[in-house]
Amino acid sequence: MAQIFAYITHKGGAVDDTAAELAAAAQKIDAAAQVTAIVVGAGADLDAACQGAAKLFAQVWKFDNAALAYPNGEVVRKLLSQVVPAGSILLVPHDTFGMDMAPGLSIKLDAAYAADVVAIESLSGTELKVVRQEFAGMAHTHIAVDIAKGAVLTLRPGSFQPEKGAELAGTVSDKSGDAGDLGTKRRYLETVEAEMGDVDITKADVLVSVGRGIEDQDNIGVAEELAEAMGAVVSCSRPIVDAKWLEKSRQVGTSGKTVKPKVYLAMGISGSFQHLGGIKGSPFIVAVNKNPKAPIFQVADIGIVENILEFMPALTEKISG
Amino acid sequence: MEILVCVKRVPDTAENEIAIKSDGTDIQRDDLVYSVNEWDNYAVEEAIQIRDKVGGSVTVVTVGDSEAEEVLRRQMAMGADNGILLADDAFEGSDGRGIAAILKAVVAKGKYDLVLTGAQADDGAAQVGGMLAAMLDWPYASLVNKIDTGDKSLKIGREIEGGNQEMNEIDLPCVLSIQTGINEPRYVGIRGIRKVASIEIPTYAAADLGVAADAVGPAAARVKRVDYFTPEMGAGAEILEGSMEEKIDKLIELLKAKGGLK
Ligand SMILES: Cc1cc2nc3c(=O)[nH]c(=O)nc-3n(C[C@H](O)[C@H](O)[C@H](O)COP(=O)(O)OP(=O)(O)OC[C@H]3O[C@@H](n4cnc5c(N)ncnc54)[C@H](O)[C@@H]3O)c2cc1C
Repeated sequence: MAQIFAYITHKGGAVDDTAAELAAAAQKIDAAAQVTAIVVGAGADLDAACQGAAKLFAQVWKFDNAALAYPNGEVVRKLLSQVVPAGSILLVPHDTFGMDMAPGLSIKLDAAYAADVVAIESLSGTELKVVRQEFAGMAHTHIAVDIAKGAVLTLRPGSFQPEKGAELAGTVSDKSGDAGDLGTKRRYLETVEAEMGDVDITKADVLVSVGRGIEDQDNIGVAEELAEAMGAVVSCSRPIVDAKWLEKSRQVGTSGKTVKPKVYLAMGISGSFQHLGGIKGSPFIVAVNKNPKAPIFQVADIGIVENILEFMPALTEKISG
Repeated sequence: MEILVCVKRVPDTAENEIAIKSDGTDIQRDDLVYSVNEWDNYAVEEAIQIRDKVGGSVTVVTVGDSEAEEVLRRQMAMGADNGILLADDAFEGSDGRGIAAILKAVVAKGKYDLVLTGAQADDGAAQVGGMLAAMLDWPYASLVNKIDTGDKSLKIGREIEGGNQEMNEIDLPCVLSIQTGINEPRYVGIRGIRKVASIEIPTYAAADLGVAADAVGPAAARVKRVDYFTPEMGAGAEILEGSMEEKIDKLIELLKAKGGLK
């Protein structure tokens, strides 16, 4: 059986939520696996993160190096291509770091690559069967991954339920000495924080959120009128911000804001995982969409199959009396 | 700067309901509306803006069948100087690694300083750019939402969680995958497409590229789609039925109960 590794992201000494998800996914591949966590960074934060990882994994490999203080995808790829043994399975979160680092690593390791895996079905011989989605979540696929030469898998955050078992007491090994040259042709400079906008959607109890279904900039007012009638705040999906119809600070999702409203009205939003990733605290979700098969209906509490451009004004009128 | 932009013709998910064929081998492709992958459109716009600023040329390339030519023409109508179609029966059924290997061969035939891809396409894998860079041994950055050109390097921003921006300096030549929102892609009208209708688009097959037929296609693929399927889902949403009036009345009642309306 191939050795399984998990790449752990961490911040301020705490491991990311995805660490436990990778541990759960590894068990799905091989219930008896002794999984090794790889934790990279520099200094005290790294040590704390390794302690966190040791509660989830039997072994922890620590790589302490000034070049890893900010884990830029290029540097980490260079390190992993040196230290991950040929033929291994490596699990990485499918976040902006994993998307940056992992595809190229699969080439460097001469391993198979499966991205954004949402479920692991079975392993028989060297064939690992996993589940992915295509077409913006509108179709599911079974994928057969040939792991004979190893595999790199990125896993969709939130898709693997961590097991509520006992904490492990994994052993931390300092592998820093195994790292060779970590010089790269891409250098991290700084992180620029997202701008604050005129409204704080993260504080709103009720959000009227519009997606591409709003069709035109001129229709944004329709949502604003509904929000006003309800005493709610307008938020949106990413394409609305890309089109510059609303400010970035109103975007809900992994690359926008994380909101925790009581009630969330998704108007003409398909329900991509990046959008849903920004909705926390299990609000009451109402989805209005003209496509009865839109993925948003899988997660909403209430679904309404209508054209939002007719539905929203009618709802506003009824509420305003 | 000589820029190559890799583009893909995809079903437009904003325009189509995607349904799976009953035998699970594919989605139902009759009557689908196709367009250029959304992310690629931003990549081409960015390439054109860079060229207009510092000079050079923009070439768009796609791996596909003869129908894929329409997206090349569309991107040329936007302002790309050249198009290249990579078409061969041997390419069909390639996995991401196979597509990257084909693109590597076309990069090797030219003299490019910069290769752009969209951050992801219809299969959501976000893989080809990073694989291509690794095969070329060029540096790579994904989800790029800002590019400042320099002489031997670029200053780029990557979009990371929460909409924060990770700034990097990256040496040329390099591969970048482009995130939506980096610019506002220009509109292309029918007239623009007509203007480029007669420009010759060279087509290269595996042999022209020096790609061994067994290095691509299904035989080389280590990742294979077994089927499309509809998963067993939980209950999902309660769908409100009736006239629009009735739905609105029911919704208002529910919103009042859940604190969404005073
Ligand atoms: C790294 C990365 C980060 C991302 N981060 C985010 C993020 O933070 N937030 C985010 O939202 N997205 C994010 N995305 C984009 C995400 O993948 C989707 O593309 C996006 O969420 C789609 O937005 P949408 O649902 O509004 O549009 P679409 O997916 O196009 O859906 C539009 C929906 O509207 C419906 N519709 C159309 N017209 C009407 C009408 N008249 N009446 C009713 N319904 C109608 C359609 O049936 C469809 O379901 C990210 C992507 C990447 C790669």
